[in-house]
Amino acid sequence: MAESLLLQNGRIIDPDNGFDRQGDLLIVDGKVAAVGTPPPEDVQIVDVRGCWVMPGLIDMHVHLREPGEEYKEDIETGTRAAAAGGFTAVACMPNTRPVNDCLAVTSLILERAARGSARVYPVGAISRGSRGESLADFGEMKEAGVVAVSDDGMPVVDSQLMRRALEYAADHRLTVISHSEELFLSRHGVMNEGPVSTRLGLKGIPAAAEAIMVYRDIALAEYTGRPVHIAHVSTAMATDLIRAAKTRGVRVTAETTPHYFTLTDEAVQGYNTNAKMNPPLRSEADRRAVLQGLVDGTLDAVATDHAPHSTLEKDVEFDLAANGVIGLETAVPLTLELVRRGVIDEQRFVRLLSLNPARILNVPGGSLAPGQPADVSVIDPAEQFVYTVDSVMSKSKNSPFLGRSLQGRAVMTLVDGRVMFSRPR
Amino acid sequence: MTSGYNFTQKHILGIHHLSADDIDFILKTADSFKEISTRAIKKVPTMRGLTVVNLFFEPSTRTRLSFEIAAKRMSADTYNISASTSSTVKGETLIDTARNISAMKPDIIIMRHSFAGAPDMLTRYIDASVINAGDGSHEHPSQGLLDMMTVREHKGRLEGLKVTIVGDILHSRVARSDILGFTRMGARVFVYGPATMIPPGLEELGATVCSSLEEAVADADVVMTLRIQKERQKDPLFPSLREYAQKYGINRRILDRARPDAIVMHPGPINRGVELMPDVADGPRSVILDQVTNGVAVRMALLYLVMGNS
Ligand SMILES: [Zn+2]
Ligand SMILES: [Zn+2]
Repeated sequence: MAESLLLQNGRIIDPDNGFDRQGDLLIVDGKVAAVGTPPPEDVQIVDVRGCWVMPGLIDMHVHLREPGEEYKEDIETGTRAAAAGGFTAVACMPNTRPVNDCLAVTSLILERAARGSARVYPVGAISRGSRGESLADFGEMKEAGVVAVSDDGMPVVDSQLMRRALEYAADHRLTVISHSEELFLSRHGVMNEGPVSTRLGLKGIPAAAEAIMVYRDIALAEYTGRPVHIAHVSTAMATDLIRAAKTRGVRVTAETTPHYFTLTDEAVQGYNTNAKMNPPLRSEADRRAVLQGLVDGTLDAVATDHAPHSTLEKDVEFDLAANGVIGLETAVPLTLELVRRGVIDEQRFVRLLSLNPARILNVPGGSLAPGQPADVSVIDPAEQFVYTVDSVMSKSKNSPFLGRSLQGRAVMTLVDGRVMFSRPR
Repeated sequence: MTSGYNFTQKHILGIHHLSADDIDFILKTADSFKEISTRAIKKVPTMRGLTVVNLFFEPSTRTRLSFEIAAKRMSADTYNISASTSSTVKGETLIDTARNISAMKPDIIIMRHSFAGAPDMLTRYIDASVINAGDGSHEHPSQGLLDMMTVREHKGRLEGLKVTIVGDILHSRVARSDILGFTRMGARVFVYGPATMIPPGLEELGATVCSSLEEAVADADVVMTLRIQKERQKDPLFPSLREYAQKYGINRRILDRARPDAIVMHPGPINRGVELMPDVADGPRSVILDQVTNGVAVRMALLYLVMGNS
């Protein structure tokens, strides 16, 4: 028997198909049905008046902590947080314990993910154990299901190894994601270097630490002709380098996160460990430059770098606190804020959070064309709520946005036409 | 001071949190307490029955002793706890330590820690008043206050003075407290040191960064040098101590550029022959021992004043 669902009276926004209008979306057997297809008799109807209906949002940068650090997050809770945040898919970084650098770990992640609330695209390590010494088995990991490779958490220090990674990954159609950090400059640093670090007496990480490595990776991409994706861009310098490289035709793509375009290093004030991440929150000038990058297309995607940590890692002296913040449940309202302020339009919103991540990772999605798997995000752009600890679905609560009033929230999240999350309205 | 002024600080975490009125009130209180230390019986019963804990996560003889003497002269019961930061990293967290000590109901905790912000964190977990006795490269408020007290004693005022600070501003909590304090009291603060030791954004704290030692010292009322921490030479910010002494050390020749009545200060302990030449350190313009004496009075004042608000 055909299972079908009709999302009625929503605003369907699908830039890939040049679509933005009020309408109904019919889903039959887990796929988007052709426009004009008559709904079957027993169709389930959901009224989504006032909501946006979009191709499933894809968070191309999360840390799910499984295997190895399940006390912070696991695949079940992480994907539940994703679905609650409006995401139908996430790409999880390989810095688990053990590192996802081989078929066995990739398979384990995918096995667990099969019972999750969102699609999981594992990212394999660039180097064995992410130790930066020799390439991991890209081919074998690709067969097991990885869509990209990265040593995220650490840069690939050895430029020769990074060059080989770009070359070898291209053979296997794997995206290479660079955590760009010059480790000598960032050594012992715990926040952005600037007036705030001076005032707080904390060791700073200069913007140049990011820019130097971004330039190295651009140079390697330009030289080899292979694509590279820059993770979590936080600075004006890096944004400018990427813009210039794109103008030259270098195959570089990049993401930033809501915390970099929403907050500055002032958030560290009071030694707030929930404002500690790597790269660190930057200056107001950097924040504005990152926003401009989102507007002009220099930055292709909004990802969260969702990095759960427990109180064990966060309720400690600022210098000792772990880097990272959760973000799956705040990305939609924080990015919507840009739409409300007229910084980006609705089409761009969908590109940044769905279409472009799908393209960068070479995965399905980003489109509501008939026949596509029905991965659909429905959000209510008007709903206002206060983001509280109690509401957090993630196992960890390390967010700098706790207590904030936010607007715009996921109402329904579907994967293959199945309702993974719905919030009573 | 505005009429109806009340000192409302429960904790002393940094000069950053103190208004000009607060600073003025602390210094006046310290002035009045100074006399106690000159008596034959150097003790008043003001804080009898109160418990003061010195919680030092970083070795310090001078500051700890100064706080201990201050507390004892006020008749408080004092206890010293020396904990190494590394042991808290391994097992007990700072929060555990704080809660344990808090359970014993101290009234005031004086804390020294190698990490910036540790005293701020402590206040979130305990009821007692917290006095920051130096946290990483952040602040050392009692030092800043005793410096201001010493200058005011010698100059009769702080407003309009030129205060010059030379040395490792980047790592110095004393420099931060002094810059914030002196500028808040209307003095002008000029800093100089190797560019590797000048952090960005000092102007936002109120300091003027000089481009030469001569410029920094010219017509200064106060010349303060900071201790070069030799242990930082693992991650060297200048080529050698010898070169530092030649290019950045305060000697009599450079001091001649300051005002004739300029005073020389140093938070101690001094590396004689590195940041300060012996003839200057021990010369007639040096007020370094006055700083030490005033340290006790300032700390008595802080203990007394926070007690009124806890
Ligand atoms: Zn990273
Ligand atoms: Zn990451």
